[in-house]
Amino acid sequence: MRRLSLGKYALPVYSVIAIIYLMIPIAYTFVFSFNNSLKTNLIWRGFTFDKWINVCQQQGVCEAFGNSILIGVVSTVLATTLGTMIAIALVRYRFKFRSFVSLLIFLPMATPEVVLGAGLASQFFSMGAAKGIGTIIIAHVMFCMSFVVVTVKARVASLDPALEEAGRDLYGSPAQVFWKITFPLLMPGILSAALLSFALSFDDFIITNFNSGPAMTFPKYVYTAAARGIPAEANVVGSGVFLLAIAIVVTIQVRSSLRSRRLARQG
Amino acid sequence: MARLAQEFIARGADLELVGIRKEFPGFTAIENLDLHIPAGEFFALLGPSGCGKTTTLRLVAGLDEPTKGKILIGGKDVTATKPHERPVNTVFQSYALFPHMSVLENVAFGLKQRKIEDPMTKAVAALELVELGHLAQRRPQQLSGGQQQRVALARALVNRPSLLLLDEPLGALDLKLRRQMQIELKAIQMEVGLTFLHVTHDQEEAMDMADTVAVMNKGRIEQMGAPEKLYDRPHTVFVSKFLGQSNLFVGEVAESNGTSISINVSGNKITVPTERAEKHTGTIAVGVRPEKANFHEVEPSVQPGVNLIGPGEIIDIRFTGVSNQYLIEVPGVGEVTVFAQNVGKSPVTELGAKVWVSWKVEHTFGLSDLPANSATESISVI
Repeated sequence: MRRLSLGKYALPVYSVIAIIYLMIPIAYTFVFSFNNSLKTNLIWRGFTFDKWINVCQQQGVCEAFGNSILIGVVSTVLATTLGTMIAIALVRYRFKFRSFVSLLIFLPMATPEVVLGAGLASQFFSMGAAKGIGTIIIAHVMFCMSFVVVTVKARVASLDPALEEAGRDLYGSPAQVFWKITFPLLMPGILSAALLSFALSFDDFIITNFNSGPAMTFPKYVYTAAARGIPAEANVVGSGVFLLAIAIVVTIQVRSSLRSRRLARQG
Repeated sequence: MARLAQEFIARGADLELVGIRKEFPGFTAIENLDLHIPAGEFFALLGPSGCGKTTTLRLVAGLDEPTKGKILIGGKDVTATKPHERPVNTVFQSYALFPHMSVLENVAFGLKQRKIEDPMTKAVAALELVELGHLAQRRPQQLSGGQQQRVALARALVNRPSLLLLDEPLGALDLKLRRQMQIELKAIQMEVGLTFLHVTHDQEEAMDMADTVAVMNKGRIEQMGAPEKLYDRPHTVFVSKFLGQSNLFVGEVAESNGTSISINVSGNKITVPTERAEKHTGTIAVGVRPEKANFHEVEPSVQPGVNLIGPGEIIDIRFTGVSNQYLIEVPGVGEVTVFAQNVGKSPVTELGAKVWVSWKVEHTFGLSDLPANSATESISVI
């Protein structure tokens, strides 16, 4: 006697529906990046590679994209450097108000972005700072740093202090021990913190919109364009970023699985 | 390998600790420590966890700073120097091998730091010394515990330190591997002639390997000497109990002549040679090792040079393989443990048998202090 198993049919059907639900917007964006559109990109007018080849011809798309990359890279480097230093200090050293600082670090993550953005905007205003790429970077470093601290802190905490002591014992000066032992061992944590920072910075809209002034970023461009119809070139950039991200993830996965297979063969 | 070993010889330096005191917030790890370890010696610091032995090691390595006192290596004051400036290397308890480097890179690390010529060749030679040359390209995570331990040893030895510190290096290994590594470690030390400072809580390990053992307790050295001497003549209750087992008896000194003193324990006379006693008047504790004592089912005649107590009753018999351990309750004296070798004859007695316990006076030792519970013991006996 065979029972109709819930797991046998309901689960796969449910999973397929969930995946379709998640994928539709991405698929839509991707498909319409090949649309031979005119002013708006709402109706399918036939397949073309033009928008991919001549992506920069649409005014502002590439400039906004370039700005977003610049802001993302600079914010990531600054936030990752500062955040890593804070994370090491919080785990390794005992100082006054240490737990208080630990708590404060979480605040930017918990605060609504609208509040952070508006708060920063009024600060910049009262300081008389001209809004632009500089102010956007300052804003992005602020909220990315919290994520870096949290990510790297976990890695520092799991690092055996005896490894650094062994480095010191084996004639390593404090700086040499940091660069040869501590830093390489923290690298996976720092790298994932950096990727997270870049992703957060690249697609941030709310805080950016409050603090950008005339400077255009890619999310802001898309938002502005939405009022009069998003050009297909925006779809091209969006799809391109998506494909790049997938490529990075796949590369890392393949590399680590090859590596573990190689280790298994040796061991 | 032989050449490498030769290069080590006579590199060992002596270590001197003068009036060392180490305080941590809330407690004092080391009270006042004076210690001299001659060059080329295998020296063991033995004690229970929390006795300050690992702290002592970290002070010598430079990983912690003493609150007071001086550390001299080869006659040179190194108290104020940093770990990387000291001619000392450590084998850590957790081995602390660098997981992001190969075994060979681990071993070559110290050489490269000091810009020593040809670090890779020397590292390979050191790996050969611990018989791991064939695993040079592996990652430490791929090695077994015993292999990791030997890599840690090679990584320290290759630097030819004046002093090698070993922080319970065999603690994480299983018993069989530990015994095997003890033999290897001792052989390597003999071969290279370095000064070894070995910290352990395993008394068998310390006695087996070390030339000199210092028993540490509560931040102080209780007693120091060759393992045989420490075992034969412990000076304090702690040493007598931590290094092997002891039967202790507490009583008032009743007789004393030039060569021996006798105490009275509830009517039983126990004699100890004067030269084997730390304290000669008042209430003192004397002891004997369980394997030095015998028991008899028939009361033996009193002979000079033999201590005899009893009769008592056998309350427990334990079979441990090489010997039987008898626990005998002697009224007025307390419990006495006797080890009898299993040499063919089956155990002579069963539980509840009435027996007398005897041992030679020359095997008795007198201690400088009294067991902590001696007062309550005598009350319960009365």
